[in-house]
Amino acid sequence: MSERVTKNVWPVVPILLALLTTTLLVLLVGADAGVTYQALFDGAFGTSDRTFSTLAFWVPLMLCATGLLITFTAGLWNIGVEGQMIMGAIASSWVALKVAAVYPDIPGWAIIPLELLLAAGAGALWAALAAVLKVRGGVHEIFGGVALNNLAIITTNYLISGPWQPPEGGSFRGTVPFPEHALLPLLGNTRFSPLSAVLALALLLLIGLALRGTFWGLKLKALGNNLRSAFLLGISSEREAIMAMMLGGALAGLAGSVRVLSWFDSLRQSISGGIGFLAILIVLLAGLRPVWTLLIALIFSALLNGGTIVQLRTQLHSSLSGIIQGLLVLFVLLFGDYRRVFRPKQTLAEELQHE
Amino acid sequence: MNDAQIIRLLASVIAQSAPLMLAVTGETITERAGVINLSLDGTMLLAAMSGFVVALKSSEALATRGIDGDLLPVLIGFGSAALIGATAALLVAWGSIRLKQDQVAIGFVLTLLLADIANFLGQNYTRMPGPSVKHLPIPFLRDIPIIGPIFFEHDLLIYLTFVIVGFSWWWMYRTQPGLRMRGVGERPESAFVRGVKVNQIRYAYTAIGGALVGLAGAAYSLDIKLGWSDNHILGIGWIALAIVIFGGWRPVRGALGAVLYGVTKTLATQLQQSFPEVPVVLFNTLQWLLMLGVLLLVGSNAIKRLVDIAPKPLQRPLARALRVAPPQALGQAFLED
Repeated sequence: MSERVTKNVWPVVPILLALLTTTLLVLLVGADAGVTYQALFDGAFGTSDRTFSTLAFWVPLMLCATGLLITFTAGLWNIGVEGQMIMGAIASSWVALKVAAVYPDIPGWAIIPLELLLAAGAGALWAALAAVLKVRGGVHEIFGGVALNNLAIITTNYLISGPWQPPEGGSFRGTVPFPEHALLPLLGNTRFSPLSAVLALALLLLIGLALRGTFWGLKLKALGNNLRSAFLLGISSEREAIMAMMLGGALAGLAGSVRVLSWFDSLRQSISGGIGFLAILIVLLAGLRPVWTLLIALIFSALLNGGTIVQLRTQLHSSLSGIIQGLLVLFVLLFGDYRRVFRPKQTLAEELQHE
Repeated sequence: MNDAQIIRLLASVIAQSAPLMLAVTGETITERAGVINLSLDGTMLLAAMSGFVVALKSSEALATRGIDGDLLPVLIGFGSAALIGATAALLVAWGSIRLKQDQVAIGFVLTLLLADIANFLGQNYTRMPGPSVKHLPIPFLRDIPIIGPIFFEHDLLIYLTFVIVGFSWWWMYRTQPGLRMRGVGERPESAFVRGVKVNQIRYAYTAIGGALVGLAGAAYSLDIKLGWSDNHILGIGWIALAIVIFGGWRPVRGALGAVLYGVTKTLATQLQQSFPEVPVVLFNTLQWLLMLGVLLLVGSNAIKRLVDIAPKPLQRPLARALRVAPPQALGQAFLED
């Protein structure tokens, strides 16, 4: 096979490998692979209602991914994105329950910006905690993030089983539904909020351009590539790292807000639904390219939506979509670059050193 | 609380800490050779699931051939778990050494992926009874007052865990191959110049460490937290990774860290029973606050300050004992040319 053919055909290989492995796993639990894939496909792309619920997954996913573009550029592993999302959701819920519901005269055009703003602030603060733990306390952001994620989950559980428990009591699933005017305006009968999609797209565009074309973007890149060049450029790496984490956290907070104000209508036990972690996979797969991030997020949202239909129709565990997504990212990471797979070790080493 | 109760509590702390000890020892070995296997949380879940399900299936299969008893099925279960652990770890090492990819990235993807696979494949086996490790007190030793009931009233797995911790300490610090292994993790270039096959050694220790992590997963589902349920032991892998750091990448200190975790957990449960009016969540936060606390302790210069205020003659030994430094080449691929 000539080099050019290999280069063009190769990207299909990781995808095929991922599908093959998934099929094997489906067969292993004794399910019908044809029926399963049919359900997955129908769920992902079937009716227009489902397309809109794919888009409803896509918005928070995109917001988180945009934030991660910033932190990954700065060389930071913001695993805490899930917790930042949850904190944003809690902040929005507070506005909805304690302001909008108590003072019903305040109009929606004042409530909704307040909800979004506080969510961004809460996410930023939760991220700042992880950042300060890193630069001042020497706690790697991965571990700080994992601990803070769990603390955020416990906080949610505490709120919905304690102070914010619905009056009928009993249920450990969520708060009372928020008042109508505290929710994002939805499209028809769907859970999709066009406003949030516009916001997500605008932020992606803004941050994508800023990372590419401004001195700030250059500084973050220097920080991410190596600390020495950042130092030579005269960048205070601590401050930049904290700022990058806070910005990423603010976007994650917005994502959490969108989850409670459009997908749900109340604060729930698992409001993040793994979206933050999924966003990390997407950015890894996209290799920090904004346009690819957008496209892959769209495909992954469709898969996520498909997974719920698979569960409804075939009673298979909903983790199936997570498996396809995880395998895709794993195989692209491992085998995505065909040069690394086939070239003899020596030449590869040389090439990498020249890069 | 009377003495007998306290002794029983301590014995349960030891038993509860054993799987964590195994995982910490395994990851310590892997990281000392220079490879970060971040996939622990997912690996342990998949190993726990497969350990249980394989043991269950093989006990059914053996029973039809007239072979009863839990011993053989449990052994096969542990074998499958070790295999899964080693495979996951090797995937990280291979991706890094051969394909020059980021270890943290592969490890993180595996963390999520293997957890999903565990929940998916285990979906038909939740909350089922199955084979388990048999209780096996050690004769004579169990009769020693206090020590006997705390340490020798357990099962084979738990005794073996102690042996593994001790053996890995001895291997790392008292043998030639152990020295070579540490060299590969600290200064691969120097080791290479001296004719050590750096990457070969890294593969070997990554696999061994991964196998121990796999055993740790099955130690839950077949011994300490019997059976399988969705996300059966979610979070434990991260705790183990943090304890490796807290233990300063040393096996014995890591094992002590695991016991410390076990003590905190038991203490929290006890306190919860004594103070039912305090919200349960407060106790749930404890382990994560503790994780942040100990990482802060070893990460910031708190230890250095502690050493500085100690009396002069004690300063050097104290600094040596408390030193926490990662292997210098941790997480970096080594190009052998």
